[in-house]
Amino acid sequence: MNVRLYLWQRATAAVMAPLVVVHIAVIFYATRHGMSAADILSRTRGSIAWAAFYGLFVFAVSIHASIGVRNVLSEWTPLNERRVDAFAVFFGLALAVLGLRAVAAVVLT
Amino acid sequence: MTTELSVSLWRGAQNGRYETYRVPQRQSQTVLDVVTFVQRHIDPTLSYRFACRVGVCGSCAMTVNGKPRWTCRTHVAKVASGGKLEIGPLANLPVIKDLATDMQPFFEKWQQAEGAFAPTKTRHDAIAQIRPDTPARKAADAAIECINCGVCYAACDTVRWNADYLGPAALTRAWTLVNDERDGGNIARLQAIAGAGGCHACHSHQSCQELCPQALNPTAAIAGLKRRTAAAYLKGEIKI
Repeated sequence: MNVRLYLWQRATAAVMAPLVVVHIAVIFYATRHGMSAADILSRTRGSIAWAAFYGLFVFAVSIHASIGVRNVLSEWTPLNERRVDAFAVFFGLALAVLGLRAVAAVVLT
Repeated sequence: MTTELSVSLWRGAQNGRYETYRVPQRQSQTVLDVVTFVQRHIDPTLSYRFACRVGVCGSCAMTVNGKPRWTCRTHVAKVASGGKLEIGPLANLPVIKDLATDMQPFFEKWQQAEGAFAPTKTRHDAIAQIRPDTPARKAADAAIECINCGVCYAACDTVRWNADYLGPAALTRAWTLVNDERDGGNIARLQAIAGAGGCHACHSHQSCQELCPQALNPTAAIAGLKRRTAAAYLKGEIKI
């Protein structure tokens, strides 16, 4: 890992730390109040705030996790650097697409 | 107290094997004493490396019961398990023969990490006045007692996984120089340690700190380098 990847991984970790806390608080809130899927969707659909919150979360996770997976592959597998980089980019894009798809499903009306 | 030790020594090069010898156990016996006994009294073809025998030169490090140690200052009583010792060459370095490793990759990495002092004055200038109580000088002094034994390098998981990783000793040396106000090579040094095998590869497992015979803390030095290189990169002083 070079200094640029290091900074991206640390910066995205710093972004995720408060987001994870809010995310877990939301889960507790929703389950404690016995909210149904319909109740939750009624609050998230059309909400720019939730779209921004989880959109940022997906962006941070995609970068953070792909750098981490790149490190694991680079240190623990015999794959060469080009293949490791290619897989990390693919993995990051896959997380971004899957995550944004999920965000779109709960915020778009 | 057992009167005899069962000592397994690595014999051969990279593809060697352990062979067992019986060595009399004595009071205040060091692991180096045991190896020397085998070489002097049982098999004179045994190869190993030592010089000072008092923990100064850093030549005699070997793997003792699975952990890298300076053998001249490691008492058998401290490390022998049930009267048994297994002594091998240092890990993460090519084996030349028996207990002697090729230290060249280790020292080449010191050079790659710009571990040489880059003077800013000549012999014609006055001697620099350095205050010993500044934070920078204290950081430089903290690691100045490294004896280049290679124990931290052999203990490091990241070195094992990543052949390009410069390792704890070379990076600790770089940290010493980064904090030396007389040195003028910091940009080149930070550039050299900011790449793929540089300080950011460290996982902070702290085996280096745990096993360093001089009780130095390479993990802390590397953490300092991570901060310093990150700041230099953000300021545009170094490029990737």
